[in-house]
Amino acid sequence: MRTEFELHTYKSEIKPTWCPGCGDYAVLNALQKAIHALQLEPWNVLIVSGIGCSSNLPHFLSTYGFHSIHGRAVPVASGAKLANPDLHVIITGGDGDGYGIGLGHTLHAMRRNLDVTYIVMNNQIYGLTTGQASPTSEKGMKTKSTPTVGVIENPIDPISLAISSGATFVARTFSGDVKHMAELVQRAIEHKGFSLVDCLSPCVTYNKVNTYDFFRERVYYLEKEGHDPRDVRAAFAKAIEWPMIQRERIPIGLFYENKDVPTYEELEPALRKGPLVKQPLGIPDPDELLREFL
Amino acid sequence: MSKRDFVFRIGGAAGDGVSSTAESFAKICSRSGLHVWTYSSYQSVIRGGHVWTQVRAGMERLLSHGEDPDILVCLNQATMDVHQGDVATDGAILYDSDSIKLDPKRLRSNVRPLGIPLRKMAQAISPNALMRNTVALGAVVRLLELDFRHVETAFRDIWGDKKPEIVEQNIRAAKDGADAVASLGGPLALGLAYPNVPKPIITGNEAVCLGALAAGCKFLAQYPMTPASSIMHWMAAHAAKYDVVVKQVEDELAAINMAIGAGFAGVRSMTATSGGGFSLMVEALGQGGMTETPVVAVLVQRAGPSTGLPTKTEQGDLNLALGAGQGDWPRAILAPRTPEEAFVLTAKAFNLAEIYQTPIIVISDLYLGEGHRTVDGLDFTVPIVRGMTASDGGAMSEFKRYRHTESGVSPRAFPGTKGYQFIAGSDEHMESGELISDVLAGLPEFVEERRRMMEKRMRKLEGLRKDTPPPELWGPSNADLTLISWGSTHGPAREAILRVEEREGIKANHLEYPTLFPFHVEETAAALKGAKCTLAVEGNYTGQFARLLRAETGIKPDHFYGKYDGEPFSPRDIANKILEVVS
Repeated sequence: MRTEFELHTYKSEIKPTWCPGCGDYAVLNALQKAIHALQLEPWNVLIVSGIGCSSNLPHFLSTYGFHSIHGRAVPVASGAKLANPDLHVIITGGDGDGYGIGLGHTLHAMRRNLDVTYIVMNNQIYGLTTGQASPTSEKGMKTKSTPTVGVIENPIDPISLAISSGATFVARTFSGDVKHMAELVQRAIEHKGFSLVDCLSPCVTYNKVNTYDFFRERVYYLEKEGHDPRDVRAAFAKAIEWPMIQRERIPIGLFYENKDVPTYEELEPALRKGPLVKQPLGIPDPDELLREFL
Repeated sequence: MSKRDFVFRIGGAAGDGVSSTAESFAKICSRSGLHVWTYSSYQSVIRGGHVWTQVRAGMERLLSHGEDPDILVCLNQATMDVHQGDVATDGAILYDSDSIKLDPKRLRSNVRPLGIPLRKMAQAISPNALMRNTVALGAVVRLLELDFRHVETAFRDIWGDKKPEIVEQNIRAAKDGADAVASLGGPLALGLAYPNVPKPIITGNEAVCLGALAAGCKFLAQYPMTPASSIMHWMAAHAAKYDVVVKQVEDELAAINMAIGAGFAGVRSMTATSGGGFSLMVEALGQGGMTETPVVAVLVQRAGPSTGLPTKTEQGDLNLALGAGQGDWPRAILAPRTPEEAFVLTAKAFNLAEIYQTPIIVISDLYLGEGHRTVDGLDFTVPIVRGMTASDGGAMSEFKRYRHTESGVSPRAFPGTKGYQFIAGSDEHMESGELISDVLAGLPEFVEERRRMMEKRMRKLEGLRKDTPPPELWGPSNADLTLISWGSTHGPAREAILRVEEREGIKANHLEYPTLFPFHVEETAAALKGAKCTLAVEGNYTGQFARLLRAETGIKPDHFYGKYDGEPFSPRDIANKILEVVS
């Protein structure tokens, strides 16, 4: 392997401010490992995030970054990718950001099949705002905003939503297994098309239910049970296992992958001549254009 | 009878082809060398209801869509009932004599009824119901003695070589309509000599598109909303030819955030919407201000509040544009008065957005955005100034994206540029981009740094003030009354001033604002220094601009005339107000 870029060169000088034990450290390490394994040039990587604990992630790496507003990382990243498809665009954020306030954008980005990677640090709680229910909080979970009978809504299932919305690489991984996470993130970045990596990333401060131990007792690896990610029906069957059907076994790994779908950028006529950022500006044929109005 | 201009009005139900017939007529007029101005009164309905379009055409540059029609074409009884009393003396009403009844008692003096069996004549040529409009159009062209060859070219433009039989049928129908006029008293004999040198005719929204294209806009993200949608339509139709990414996206939140993402990546980007969509964009606009990302947002106002009157005009969103986004961030708000200025100011907005690295708002309205007007001298070669880039900021090792500078503008790096990686943050940050918000906020050093970052960004307003067009004082300097307006009210106000001078000998002038923010305080003070009496005229209830004027300068206009009924100002409206104020 070429080692033009050492692993440490992908880290910035800024140290994470997450709580000790936060699952997001694993995601940061996994992402760093993945872009190192791929030897991506840091200046050609753009990491876009929203708002939330996990959305601070871009600051801790040495790439370009855009720390956007709550729920809008996906459209900001989409605009940047369309402007310059030569960039490796990675979106990072939490479940509130991507599955709550920004869910509409997430679904539409997936149906576009933009060639971007979305890493969601899913802790099933709002951390930065000190512990309210999130769109993936389990039914019955008591939080600051659901103190009496707990959450009475059904949780969002990002995996089946992603498959049905047109994402072409859909995976789930767990902060308790950084190696597995790094491998999946690397494959997600390599994948041509929209890739979602839902990272079960425990919040050690506000979520006392979905802890490391909770997941360690329950996760199993799809690849070890012979799951074929090219089989969309099997992917849906695995997707709805948790939390819809039961909560004792949680599948992680690659649920679904389709390599045969053209990306949005490939279908966009204006990008046929290359990235917009490299194209000439202005009106080349003023007289011809003016004739339209005569 | 001799006139310098005329007004044509056609009305019917939605789906009757009112606007397409009016558009053909406008094109016939502009190709005859006339100045043209159109206004469509339509409703939020696809079929039915009552819609009408007015086309004013004249030998000199026009300032409004005019008032009473000289020629009224009624495609249904409702049009006759609503409009017959409006037709000017010596005018004519054209209608289908088989299905529509005219009430002679309601007509002004010497209005000529022209009952023609439009449908019957059309059906003799084609079963297509819309062909009756063509018969009427031919009659109108003869009434005005316009050159018939413009009718033929108009039809060829629409149906082209693909459907030559439809072109021929329409030409026959128009000729039959023209011939019918001969037996009904002949032309109106207005005494106009048509130069027959074509003039370009565009809408304000098209002018925005042209300005954007000329300035190098490569990205538009938009969500449909009347009256801004035609910006997306025009750009989409020209996207492949000019290599512009044009995207209809899921909502206005996505539209503005995508445009910001594209702007951050280094392309000139734009979004456009009306008040409802703009309301959704405000948080992201503030993000543009905080991350110092260029973007152009076009706000084509319609009548609010809330869904309001989607197909009607207003100037009620100035407060929204001024206050968009939490906290203070630097912005410019440009308000074109004419299509020519919509072109120039939109192009300028792209330069300002990149030079000052902040969102620039272009505020227009339905009246300007959707009306067709002939224009003079659009110069498509506009200077493209990209502003300070990373290499202007000294050595790479010393690069700081948000460096404190005198102008407030810092060196900007595009992602993909080796060695200049930084994080743009919507949180408060220091010069390097590192956040202040998380673990540094409140520490004495960073209380100071927060203050400096605010001041750095807000210093851009001084540059923006210098680089934006100042108010223009139009008319005599020793006027008895000074009108104050912004945006599309410019034309009707000027026409009203000319009219009261001609008819009443009243001397008024007009202070017009192509830039609403940053406010041009000194120029305003100078312009209003000797004003004897002031009258603010704008299309909203509270006097949003008048309030801004007072806040910025302490000057309270002596009188205020606000219009919020959904219709554009007519010169008559403003002239009456002038008479009321002066007497």
